[in-house]
Amino acid sequence: MSIRNKAYIMGAFEHPTRHAPDKSTAQLHAECAKGALADAGLSKNDIDGYFCAGDAPGFGAMSMADYMGLRNLRHLDSTDTGGSSYILHVGHAAEAIAAGKCTVALVTLAGRPRSENTGPGARGGGGRGGNPRFAAAPEAAFEAPYGGSTHNQYAMCAQRHMHEYGTTSEQLAWIKVAASQHAQHNPHALLKDVVTVEDVLASPMIADPLHRLDCCVITDGGGAVIVTSAEVAKGLNRPKVKIIGAGEAPKGTYGGRDLNLTYSAAAWSGPKAFEEAGIAPSDIKYASIYDSFTITVLMQIEDLGFCKKGDGGRFVSDGNLISGHGKLPFNTDGGGLCNNHPANRGGMTKVIEAVRQLRGEAHPKVQVKNCDLALAHGTGGSLGTRHGAATLIMERE
Amino acid sequence: MSEPKQTRRVFPPPVTPETQRFWDAASKEKLLYGWCNACKEPHYFPRSLCPFCFSDNVEWKEASGRATLYTYSIMRRTQGEPYVIAYVTLAEGPTILTNIVDSDLDRIVIDAKVELVFKESEGGPPVPFFRVA
Repeated sequence: MSIRNKAYIMGAFEHPTRHAPDKSTAQLHAECAKGALADAGLSKNDIDGYFCAGDAPGFGAMSMADYMGLRNLRHLDSTDTGGSSYILHVGHAAEAIAAGKCTVALVTLAGRPRSENTGPGARGGGGRGGNPRFAAAPEAAFEAPYGGSTHNQYAMCAQRHMHEYGTTSEQLAWIKVAASQHAQHNPHALLKDVVTVEDVLASPMIADPLHRLDCCVITDGGGAVIVTSAEVAKGLNRPKVKIIGAGEAPKGTYGGRDLNLTYSAAAWSGPKAFEEAGIAPSDIKYASIYDSFTITVLMQIEDLGFCKKGDGGRFVSDGNLISGHGKLPFNTDGGGLCNNHPANRGGMTKVIEAVRQLRGEAHPKVQVKNCDLALAHGTGGSLGTRHGAATLIMERE
Repeated sequence: MSEPKQTRRVFPPPVTPETQRFWDAASKEKLLYGWCNACKEPHYFPRSLCPFCFSDNVEWKEASGRATLYTYSIMRRTQGEPYVIAYVTLAEGPTILTNIVDSDLDRIVIDAKVELVFKESEGGPPVPFFRVA
């Protein structure tokens, strides 16, 4: 069974807040759900499938379903692959819909790392071992003492990529430059100022070779999407975004034998998604690519097949990711690097901007012409240790 | 160039019944890695079942302490001294996460030869680190 042509994204909502000290995380989830329902033209009682991940407070999907008063659920999924979860959830929702397990699936994400001071840097020298959730992990004793954070773990990937392929800081900086060119048109973006390659290189070094401007923002907020069956989609008055391919895969340290930090699990999730969709990377008109750091984008672009392995540095340079200018317009909302990275998890906003592009509802300055095929891809966890990748391919109908 | 002083608080590793002997060995400044008697492959961190062939016929061997730097990053966004996170490839094969300590930052480069050194953790057993040889 394939999910191709079986399900549609009919509602999408990105919370406008970037700082929410006066709200609860549960409240943000509910506000996002309400926003996505309004966008789709559906009501709460239509929802029969619910998907959320580790950012949802409480006991998996149950606390949030009860809080929101979702009374007609017959399918639940709280798979957590970190920031990529929501891209994976859309694929899982399409599977559930294809199997007849639900017809209207809600996916939510929300969090307040800015208000709660729980950004990646807040873990400090204690690393993830300081978090009780990670302290029981089998790897904790062998990793937590070393002060790993997302910054220095991704930085180790960048360092090795530079060593093997000659990738440069200037090339990485182009990724931030492209994101900032897009963010200037997004009134909700946390960072709206256009930056140059020189600005990125002049920003403080956080973890060699990553500068401050190689890192994504820390924001409160959230988002939600509604995935429906073809029959439900037919009755709705919104442009139809059809799901045509999905792939997911985890990657780890592999007992230290096959450890290789120069590629991500996109090397597996990508080809699966393209095969299911029956298209090639060159067919994609717009790509949402997870941008926790600039190096994340570069490695995933290679692994998804937009260029050869090792050629990512050259591919992203000279504005090639800027809408209206380059060959692969990416993250036209400004991405995690400039716009929003709610709950330290960027997968939801990747899906939402792809939906905007396929509907023709992106900002006119960044809207891709004739945008009929789009991709959303994410990496959750850490590229430097273990992570889960999810790829989603969508088509305008 | 300055040396990373390793004044950073070292998180005490949580010891489990499965990993007790690893930390007992660490208290004697010995680094253990996993060795599978079924598929003859080394692995790290040591565990009860081989991550390659899933055999339970694994033993834990002592590493020589010689290794080569696979990759690293100098963490500068810190409230104390910068510190260096790294992966090093043991002479016995596995690549392991660690810190590079007591070394000139200038000499920390990929492919550098490094050697084992133990440091105290905060209230837990000593933890294996490496320094440039």
